[in-house]
Amino acid sequence: MITVLYALLYYVAFIVFAAGVAYRVWGYWKTPAPAVIPTTPAPVTRTGVVWRMFKEVAFFESLWKSNKWIWIFAMMFHLSLWLILIRHARYFVQPVPTLITLAQPFGKYAGIFFVLGGLGLFARRILVSRVRYISSPSDYLMLLMFILIGFSGLMMTFVNKPDVVGVKAFFLGLMTFNWQPLPTDFGVLVHLGLVALFLIIFPFSKLVHAPGVFFSPTRNMVDNPREKFHPVPWLPSIDEVVYDEPPGKK
Amino acid sequence: MAEEEKVVEELTTQEALTDPLYVPEPVDGAAAHIKSFPAAPEFQEKLGYPGERPDNWQEVALNKMQDLRGKFRSFRLFLDICVKCGACTDKCHYFMGTADPKNMPVARADLIRSVYRRYFTLPGKWFPSLVGARELTEEVLDEWYTYYFQCSECRRCSVYCPYGIDTAEITMAAREILDSVGVGMKYTNEIIGKVYDIGNNLGLQAPALKATMEDLEEEIEEDTGVKVRIPVDEPADILLIPPSADFFAEPHIDGFIGYAKVFHAAGVKWTISTYASEAANFAMFIGSYENMRRIAQRIRREAIRLGVKRIIIGECGHAWRAAYQFLNTLAGPFDFLDPNYPVPQHICEFTWDLIQEGKLRFDKSQNDHLTLTFHDSCNVARASRMGKYPGGQFDIPRNIIKAVCNNYYDMPEDTIKEATLCCGGGGGLLTDDLMELRKKGGSPRMKALKQVTEEYGVNKMAAICAICKTQFSKIMPYNGYAMDDIMSVHQLVSNAIVLPGSEQEAELDGTADESGDSEQAKEDA
Ligand code: HEM
Ligand code: SF4
Ligand code: SF4
Ligand code: SF4
Repeated sequence: MITVLYALLYYVAFIVFAAGVAYRVWGYWKTPAPAVIPTTPAPVTRTGVVWRMFKEVAFFESLWKSNKWIWIFAMMFHLSLWLILIRHARYFVQPVPTLITLAQPFGKYAGIFFVLGGLGLFARRILVSRVRYISSPSDYLMLLMFILIGFSGLMMTFVNKPDVVGVKAFFLGLMTFNWQPLPTDFGVLVHLGLVALFLIIFPFSKLVHAPGVFFSPTRNMVDNPREKFHPVPWLPSIDEVVYDEPPGKK
Repeated sequence: MAEEEKVVEELTTQEALTDPLYVPEPVDGAAAHIKSFPAAPEFQEKLGYPGERPDNWQEVALNKMQDLRGKFRSFRLFLDICVKCGACTDKCHYFMGTADPKNMPVARADLIRSVYRRYFTLPGKWFPSLVGARELTEEVLDEWYTYYFQCSECRRCSVYCPYGIDTAEITMAAREILDSVGVGMKYTNEIIGKVYDIGNNLGLQAPALKATMEDLEEEIEEDTGVKVRIPVDEPADILLIPPSADFFAEPHIDGFIGYAKVFHAAGVKWTISTYASEAANFAMFIGSYENMRRIAQRIRREAIRLGVKRIIIGECGHAWRAAYQFLNTLAGPFDFLDPNYPVPQHICEFTWDLIQEGKLRFDKSQNDHLTLTFHDSCNVARASRMGKYPGGQFDIPRNIIKAVCNNYYDMPEDTIKEATLCCGGGGGLLTDDLMELRKKGGSPRMKALKQVTEEYGVNKMAAICAICKTQFSKIMPYNGYAMDDIMSVHQLVSNAIVLPGSEQEAELDGTADESGDSEQAKEDA
């Protein structure tokens, strides 16, 4: 029964996530950036822009300039997230590639930093009056969700080990449409339930910042408005404009 | 009132009065009473907007929002991806100066984001209070008008946001939405109308402009003994487009004299135009590309009519942005101009090239009574470039100043260049009805200036923005400076330049030993 429920939940979650993100990204893709508006100083070459974006995504360069506390917690949170994601790949592929096996111990301890980073961000939200002012309930709940995902994961890793072979069989079964029973430990159910929730809200929430950052015109444009002609796609061509007459000639 | 006391308390501690980047505790509603005058119907209509608010204004506003989401990726994306990290919350000079939390960039954007969520996203439709979504009501509209006219579109927030969210883009869109329901701002919209009718923001008619230029020619001749011409509406190689404030405001006009002298010394054929006598483009402030183009295309028309090869823009911050980022895009292509020069070119680029080529001669001692600093105008700093490499917009004006002055010091590093603090009067806010906001928004810059005054004895600040200059000449007297402690960069050039055949040249060459001055300038840079 629980297996069926979670199996269906994961199919739905995956479809919502994939279709939702694709829809969002498609929207950003097809909407024009009608003028060249990078925040300057900005790179004057495409390679320069790739480097700028890399520094932004990998090291949160602007955030570093901005606020060291947020930067530390955000780095803890996101770096751990990537390590954790890599570690989790072992549940979805068989045999497990060596690289992923090598990443296992890192991913394991990253979980701790993930939760600490999340707690740090949560504390900021409550303690700094400016950040409290701009937070809505969803901002707290979302952090709480990640902290709980991390916490339930840590419990399973360090305290109450569930049948991970069974969990892997369940996910491989989902992928091959050959369902296998899901071990029904409490930890597994909470962890997987929250992850499904996370997948479902991703495309409808601020979490779209992850794909969105790559589309930001103030960061991804080459600073070349003088060198290159970029007409505004939705304005008529310059040959069709009507000029104002000088004052005397009206 | 208790709130007012809180604001006063928050903003008058020793730290608050001296630290340029002091971050106050937010005091709700602290700037809610600061409001600009709305535009009269006739001025709205001239710009293609309804004169009055229509009955179905909500519908019109939401349709406009949808329209803009389809036209501007910035607007669409920025409404979605803000994670409310708070990194931008202490970066806006209007928040620093007023303590009103709605002047924190993210909170300013949230004024419209909350409405976007309510009508355009599922969570906002289903669980409005969970995600901070709200209906578009009368009060919301009022709040938009108040706080979107407390943003100078300076882009400081966009430097510090991890996604480059530029609240200026949101402000522009918000103003366009407001205009679309007949709620416009008097100052910006009347001025745009004047450009359409007459050709410049000041409403200066062609005959008056010509007369002023003749007076200036006489003035220069009296000072130097050289007949420096200021051609008006003549066929030429270079079309100079200055902000119209350069024609008679102080200290702008002294900068204009500087341009004229530089052109004269360079021996180029140049002209100004009475039809395109305005570099400023206030339509940028209200986010209207249609109106922005209508102003920009005047420059194109004159460039063709006068048969010029190059377009050079005078000292003005947002005008340089309007020219640098938008002129080619909106009124281009300019393939009929000389491809050896960028279109458009900044007057500082022009002057700096000449200095490097050793074509200008200076007597730096003429500026020895001044100790200078330079205010990076935000639109130049964060929305444009000068020269070939990123950051040239910081170096070139400083290089020019150092080539003509002996005493120069920068303000603290975290208040200049890309981190520069707005003068407080940009973005279409340079109007007397917003004087309180202008003083408060300018206070971080004033505090930074005071630091270098105390440390190095700086007594003058130079700028390359017409709005900055006007704004500073108004607010500096409240901060212990004189009105004329703000100077044009080309005013300094004008002081020091030694024109061939001038009285200054004769004097200098009488004492001979300083003749290597332009060489000196090259080395100093
Ligand atoms: C390209 C990838 C990504 C980049 C560049 C990025 C960057 C950032 C930055 C700079 C922040 C602001 C600092 C902070 O509050 O932590 C942030 C916040 C956040 N990110 Fe990401 N992120 C990425 C991917 C992700 C992914 C995949 C997730 C979730 C699965 C995620 C979840 C979050 C959350 C929940 C916050 C808000 C934290 C808070 O409420 O304070 N991010 N992200
Ligand atoms: S810095 Fe950017 S993402 Fe963070 S709160 Fe401000 S606008 Fe939002
Ligand atoms: S653009 Fe400038 S004035 Fe506007 S919110 Fe950002 S920092 Fe403040
Ligand atoms: S007036 Fe000057 S400082 Fe202020 S917004 Fe414009 S360029 Fe920036």
